[in-house]
Amino acid sequence: MPAQPLELILARQFGDSLNMPIFLVDPEGNLLFYNEPAEEILGLRFSETGGMRLEEWATVFRPLDKDGNSLKPEDLPLVKTLTHRIPASGSFYIDSMKGERYLISVTAIPIIGRANRYSGAMAMFWKTVKT
Amino acid sequence: MKVKIWGCRGSLPAPGPENMVYGGNTSCIQVNQGDTFIILDAGSGIQRLGKYLSPEIKEIHILLTHLHIDHMMGLGFFQPLYNPEVTVHVWGPDTGKESLLSNLRRYFSPPLFPVMFSELPKHPVIHELSHNTFRIGELEIFVDYLCHPGATLGYRVSNGKSVFTYIPDHELALGSANFPHDPEWTSGYEIAKSADLLLHDSSYNSKEYSSKIGWGHSSARDAISFAKMCKVKKLALFHHEPARSDEQLETLLENALRNQELDFEVFLCAEGDVYELD
Repeated sequence: MPAQPLELILARQFGDSLNMPIFLVDPEGNLLFYNEPAEEILGLRFSETGGMRLEEWATVFRPLDKDGNSLKPEDLPLVKTLTHRIPASGSFYIDSMKGERYLISVTAIPIIGRANRYSGAMAMFWKTVKT
Repeated sequence: MKVKIWGCRGSLPAPGPENMVYGGNTSCIQVNQGDTFIILDAGSGIQRLGKYLSPEIKEIHILLTHLHIDHMMGLGFFQPLYNPEVTVHVWGPDTGKESLLSNLRRYFSPPLFPVMFSELPKHPVIHELSHNTFRIGELEIFVDYLCHPGATLGYRVSNGKSVFTYIPDHELALGSANFPHDPEWTSGYEIAKSADLLLHDSSYNSKEYSSKIGWGHSSARDAISFAKMCKVKKLALFHHEPARSDEQLETLLENALRNQELDFEVFLCAEGDVYELD
């Protein structure tokens, strides 16, 4: 497998050193990495799942509105960032693999390196209230 | 392909009797393939290279890894720049905001240097690089950014049969996840994989590195681990610390190789060395 661009390698290193949850995806939205604090919310260890294709992780981590209805992908901050290559933020509920529901706030940023190399996006999220 | 070392010291020239074996000039490498001639970096070693160049060479390509002073301090002393019959191409990193030309002009200006870039008899041709593959004559060259402060490139040079990789400044431990077990997540892997000869940063011993994290350089032991991961055939340790004597460099290598079982050759790069690749 070819090596990742430097910007993604450094983003992963940065995320790995944080005590706040992060989620790293490539330009197509495929999940490349999430850190230990994110594992706690998602209910899955990265060492067990590894990277996941977009269609795979989108079904594993289901985003919901306050009434428990599934959100449209285009309403999600990370999808907005991937589509428009601009930062985006928002709040929604998520059901973890352990069956717990969390309200999370997400801020997503595009990763655009030198010479305008677009390598993907990073989402940072905060657990707001456990319901 | 012939590779000749004109300087392999890091950070600062270090002339002196204690550095006679490995030399004191900063980064400069000459690569020849048939009629194709390129120079990697313009450290203080390029001054001597300029003196020994054949007068028949009318086109010269200088490829800079980055713009730290030890990699370009010799540029103003490279005699062919002052010969109007010679066309000099300068290739270097796209730094994002300020152009390569603007950065070079800053060096060629008072109080750093008495001759302005515009006063050169023939203006060099400037080429900016990011993550590209391109050709110069008989050589195919792949470049990409590396983990080092400021925009920094590594070069993979191929003649179609052999690969020579030049990574003089590189912080492996910072630019890698789970080093050295995951090539996909290691800065520089694509540039160095399966190289016949790799020149790689080995500024520190492991203890020194622990107090210099973020300075952009690697320990000799990390350089060896990287070479092993990349399955190179030969590793030449490069970017010798200016304060390190010949004797201390040999101790650094000896310690880095302790308890290692390797199926490739590891040695200290020395000024004047010539490597012939198929």
